[in-house]
Amino acid sequence: MRTLIFRTVAPYLSTLMIVFSIFVLLRGHNEPGGGFIGGLIAASALAIYGIASGVAPVRRAIYFHPMNIAAFGVVLGAVAGVVSIFVGVPFMTGLWIYPVIFGVEVPLSTVLFFDIGVYFAVVGTIGSIALALEERDEI
Amino acid sequence: MEPVLAIFVGLLFTTAIYLMTSRHTIRILMGVAVLGNGVNLLIFTSGRLTRDVPPIIPAGLDAPLIPIANPLPQALILTAIVISFSFFAFLLVLGFRAYQELATDDSRDMRLAEPADDPLPPLGY
Amino acid sequence: MGAEAAGTTLAMMLLPFIAALFAPFLVRQLKQNAAWVLAAAPAAIFIYMLAHLDAVSAGGTITGGFAWIPSIGVDFSWYIDGLSLTFALLISGIGTLIVIYAGGYLKGHPQLGRFLSFILLFMGAMLGLVLADNFLTLFVYWELTSITSFLLIGFDHTREASRRAALQALIVTGGGGLLLLAGLLLVWNVTGIGSMSELLAAGDVMRDSPYYLAALILVLGGAFTKSAQFPLHFWLPNAMEAPTPVSAYLHSATMVKAGVYLLMRLNPAFGDTVAWETILPVFGGTTLIVGTLLAVRQTDLKLMLAYTTVSSLGLLVMLTGFGSEHAIEAAVLYLVAHSLFKGCLFMVAGTIDHEAGTRDVTRLRGLRAAMPITFAAALAAAVSMAGLPPFFGFLAKEEIYYALWATSPWALTFTLVAIVGNALMLVIGFAVALKPFLGSPVQTPKHAHEGPVMLWLGPVVLASAGLLAALLSGFFHAGISTPMASAVAGEATPVSISLIPSIGMPLFLSILTVAVGIGAYLAVDQLRGAIAKVLAAIGWGPDRGFDQFMRGLVRFSFRATALLQPGRLDFYVKVTFAFIALALLLPMVMFDELPQWPAWPSDIRFHELAIIGIGILGLFAVIVAKDRLTAIVSLGIQGFAVALIFMLFGAPDLSFTQFMVETLSVVILALVMTRLRLNASDYRPTGERIVSGAIAIAGGLAFTLYLLKVTQGTLDMRLTEFFNEFSRPIAHGANIVNVILVDFRGTDTLGEIAVVTVAGLAILALLRVRTRHRTRSVVDAPIAPRTAEGEA
Repeated sequence: MRTLIFRTVAPYLSTLMIVFSIFVLLRGHNEPGGGFIGGLIAASALAIYGIASGVAPVRRAIYFHPMNIAAFGVVLGAVAGVVSIFVGVPFMTGLWIYPVIFGVEVPLSTVLFFDIGVYFAVVGTIGSIALALEERDEI
Repeated sequence: MEPVLAIFVGLLFTTAIYLMTSRHTIRILMGVAVLGNGVNLLIFTSGRLTRDVPPIIPAGLDAPLIPIANPLPQALILTAIVISFSFFAFLLVLGFRAYQELATDDSRDMRLAEPADDPLPPLGY
Repeated sequence: MGAEAAGTTLAMMLLPFIAALFAPFLVRQLKQNAAWVLAAAPAAIFIYMLAHLDAVSAGGTITGGFAWIPSIGVDFSWYIDGLSLTFALLISGIGTLIVIYAGGYLKGHPQLGRFLSFILLFMGAMLGLVLADNFLTLFVYWELTSITSFLLIGFDHTREASRRAALQALIVTGGGGLLLLAGLLLVWNVTGIGSMSELLAAGDVMRDSPYYLAALILVLGGAFTKSAQFPLHFWLPNAMEAPTPVSAYLHSATMVKAGVYLLMRLNPAFGDTVAWETILPVFGGTTLIVGTLLAVRQTDLKLMLAYTTVSSLGLLVMLTGFGSEHAIEAAVLYLVAHSLFKGCLFMVAGTIDHEAGTRDVTRLRGLRAAMPITFAAALAAAVSMAGLPPFFGFLAKEEIYYALWATSPWALTFTLVAIVGNALMLVIGFAVALKPFLGSPVQTPKHAHEGPVMLWLGPVVLASAGLLAALLSGFFHAGISTPMASAVAGEATPVSISLIPSIGMPLFLSILTVAVGIGAYLAVDQLRGAIAKVLAAIGWGPDRGFDQFMRGLVRFSFRATALLQPGRLDFYVKVTFAFIALALLLPMVMFDELPQWPAWPSDIRFHELAIIGIGILGLFAVIVAKDRLTAIVSLGIQGFAVALIFMLFGAPDLSFTQFMVETLSVVILALVMTRLRLNASDYRPTGERIVSGAIAIAGGLAFTLYLLKVTQGTLDMRLTEFFNEFSRPIAHGANIVNVILVDFRGTDTLGEIAVVTVAGLAILALLRVRTRHRTRSVVDAPIAPRTAEGEA
């Protein structure tokens, strides 16, 4: 698997995939995409990088343990749901604000943060599984 | 179109069941993967089929004008795919670990919890 | 009854449970003296119940309760009349003495706290049982007494005999409780009456019902097991494995009388029929005779008393079954007398055991001088048991002969039974009370001396009560006997018997009984030998039958388990899928609901067919693949085919996800599985192939037909329409699938990502457990904890 070309291309490919995954995640509310797909794409990116260059560089590159990322995702999702309680509406009710940043109206919502939570949960879990299995491959 | 998919779903289930009745963990695993696809397609087809029109509301409208694909089964299946994948991975690792511990992938040789020559329980009090 | 009074009654019913909760802590602080404190709980209940005496003896009843499960009409309710009040007084009064006695008897025992806790739990259950009005409340308390009795008999759980006796009692009385439940539910269903008070007020409703006999037999099943009627009497003598306070309290004075209580309670509704007046006397009379004969055979003080308890219960059942006014009065008097003298004698037996170190009547002599107070109490109780004046037992026995004496053959038979039974009880009473105390002292395992106040207080109080009740019979009848007899008879039944005997047949029968008894007492050793010979000749009894039954049960369930759970995964999978296929196909065939034969879809396009064709090829390849890598790649092919189908039918999100997942699946399968050095092919014998294939084809066919049926029906689109309509206006999203996932059904999704994360954690945990090169030979070794070598 570790051909020279693959090893050379893999970091760039992975970077591209992660950028693409974020794009898929953010447009998910109005176009095909979303947290689940984005997360899977990003997890694949980690898996590819891991196969090409070994697991250690991947773990260094993402800095956090993937399971921590997954846990962060679940917590973020839960917190995004809890916010609604402070406004006096039931758990998980979507809240929207439209701040104007640099002259562009940006729609922000608890729903978006929830989707980001899903993204992190998926990328963390699946990435963690893939990396763990690849790691055993090297022993 | 539904009848054709019904037959395909039946074939997915047939394959899945045949693989899962094997004694070998690898085949059982493959069976589980195929079973997931069968179930997902079953739900998908039950929600009726609409060609080419994804459940996305065109820009500038509040509701779709033309008939669109049924979004409800899609939402169910989307999470099902991800969850069945994580459980597939779990089963895979379980089978792998069982192989490492017991040096076999034959489920009939895995008798740790239910030994074949389990003695009669004590008859006293 | 006001809400406040109802609250107090409820508090009194809960008090023993609360005391039970605190017993272990108190014992830790105060040692055996905690018993004095804990005895305050039953004493308070006793006083509270005494306060109701006036109202109840005036013919009133006290009811109250709270809704428990209103939807099915189950209340937590109570009903206090003469019968339940007498029982409540016995339970709380004797209970007070027993708690104190237990403190002395188990002084220094490391589990004294637990023991007192169990005793108090039992007290609460028993009190609830006699006060309960609603059928289900009654049943719950009934089973609770069985369970607490199980705990108390098995208190000394390191001995096998204790465990066996506990289990036996639980199975017999608990099983009987289930019969009772069935009987009560039958009554409830047939008459619509769910409580005792309504049933008593309803008169002949039950007697006229076609289900009368069935309900009667079921209820008797409960009463006869609890009150140890022959041939289900065997658990009661075995229950003597329990510490003596338990034997005195549960297995003579209170719990075993629960069956008698039930019969007395139901007498107005169930009694006065041919079945009632035949079954009860026959079973009761047999139990009376068998019990006394077996009692004579014993040499252990406690076992002798236990068998006489069996016979006394038989006598009570017999009298209740007679149903005449005098019989009911006799049953009432004898029940009270028995609780007093038997509780006392058991405590005496325990004290002798505690102080002298043995309960074997052949090894005890001349304790009179060493234990004068105990001797006095024992003598008083034995005289009462023998039915001699001036004790309460005399009144009871006179009333029995009043009730039984008549000139019909039926009555004569039972008179004879009563004479033999009473005479033998006299024998046992004196054997227990006289033999250990009279004669010249012999060497006992412990140097015998009088027990502490905690040990003699109970016997003395109970013996005195037996005397006082007889001397002041006028007051006693007015307060206790008459209200109780009236409650049992269902009409006013004044009790008037006193110590002054009237010359007549009953007195003559009493004298006859005493004469026979004294004769038998002198010949007791010969009698014992003769009975032992007869028993040896029979050689089999229900007690051994119980062992055979239990062993058979274990063997049967072992075989059934081995048959149904052979420990083979493929067998389980086959059974599961065969059943699923059957569950889908059978109803469709049976109710003629098979789908119509579908027409070939005219609108199908070539590329769609091609994709499905590729998918089928992939499936086929997975099955026939000879090596693992081919199988894995073929698996990917069918997955991608499914992804393409999603794509073609308007589900781009699903399609992308499916593509990613299939890719990852193939990658991790390849990562893991290519590392296993295994036989690559899926070898199966031909027979197994045919079975698996048949199940697989049946399953596939079932799902195809099911899906065809579903798609030929109509689809409820309301939910879909809601999502389509509101996705944009209220959730501000155009991708409806995503809106459903993260907004409309967000809580579900939150759960799902949590599940995914947990699965990931489980996988990491599995991978991090280091391999320890386990070989087959160590398979039998217990699995050691794997903590130390966790981190990879």
